[in-house]
Amino acid sequence: MTTHEALARYCIRLGDTSLILGQRLGEWCGHGPILEEDIALTNISLDLIGQTRAFYTVACEISNNGLDEDRLAFLRSEREFQNVLLAEQPNGDFAQTILRQLLISAFQKLNFEALLHSKHETVAALAHKSLKEVTYHLRHSADWTIRLGQGTEESARRMNEAVGELWMYVDDLFDMDEVDQLLIKEQVGVDAAGLRTAWDNLINGIMKEAGLSIPEKPFSIRGSRSGKHTEHLGHLLAEMQSLHRAIPGAEW
Amino acid sequence: MNNDNWPLWEVFTQKRTGLPFEHAGNVHAPDKEMALMNARDVYSRRNEATCIWVVPSDSIVSSTPEDMGSFFEPSNDKAYRHPNFYKTPGAIFE
Repeated sequence: MTTHEALARYCIRLGDTSLILGQRLGEWCGHGPILEEDIALTNISLDLIGQTRAFYTVACEISNNGLDEDRLAFLRSEREFQNVLLAEQPNGDFAQTILRQLLISAFQKLNFEALLHSKHETVAALAHKSLKEVTYHLRHSADWTIRLGQGTEESARRMNEAVGELWMYVDDLFDMDEVDQLLIKEQVGVDAAGLRTAWDNLINGIMKEAGLSIPEKPFSIRGSRSGKHTEHLGHLLAEMQSLHRAIPGAEW
Repeated sequence: MNNDNWPLWEVFTQKRTGLPFEHAGNVHAPDKEMALMNARDVYSRRNEATCIWVVPSDSIVSSTPEDMGSFFEPSNDKAYRHPNFYKTPGAIFE
């Protein structure tokens, strides 16, 4: 694998996680618990889809083989997506959506902070722009995590149930393969596994303030690096891609 | 959706540093931190502001339509209360 190929795949992965999480959050549109939160969740969704477009565009430019962002988003199958498994997990209730956002936003914040130092100028610039957005996503989800954890008996119970639903996908965030290894060597990509301690500290602090406990030795499901997904991604893609597959090149 | 239980906050946004804050609208929120976040999400998601104020709506004291006559009309027929009563030296416009 050349550095170029690795970088294209790396950018597609970053885009995949943002796209799938953005699509999930978009499902809240019109269903938010209150009007203001409905708008907040869809704002985050749009930030993420914007990031996706930027990273896909870079990947297409690097690949230079006729690939475009629509093909990447709408014409790839489940196994070709390499988003982290957490991103595709269903919205569940509001608590589960918030916890999923917290865990991913914390990772994205650390990842983009590290990516600021990438030797690839465009990637570093995208990290800079995305970092501002995910910093707000983290603030929003951390604030809600603490409120729900400290809130009523019901809100705390729902947060604890979300922990039980989602914590098994945390290890998957930090998995790496030969793409990552190559780009770490070239000082273009981030050592994701190396972010684990900082992530643990960040998340532990927030969970502690929320009065929520973290499973000590959670069962772990991983596989996003090789395109292995949970059963939820297929359904999400079917909905997201149906229009484009029915009417190729549709625009409005 | 139900936000009947959350108090209302008035939102003021400043377009650029130094410009006056303008009333943008209102949001529901249980406390000031969330009022600020909601205001950001509702009224500045397209880069409309550089700074936001949120104020509990019930802290705003407003004149009422009945006050209109006694509050505002007395100044209408007294031209000498307006600065255009004075002749401005032409040089000031140069």
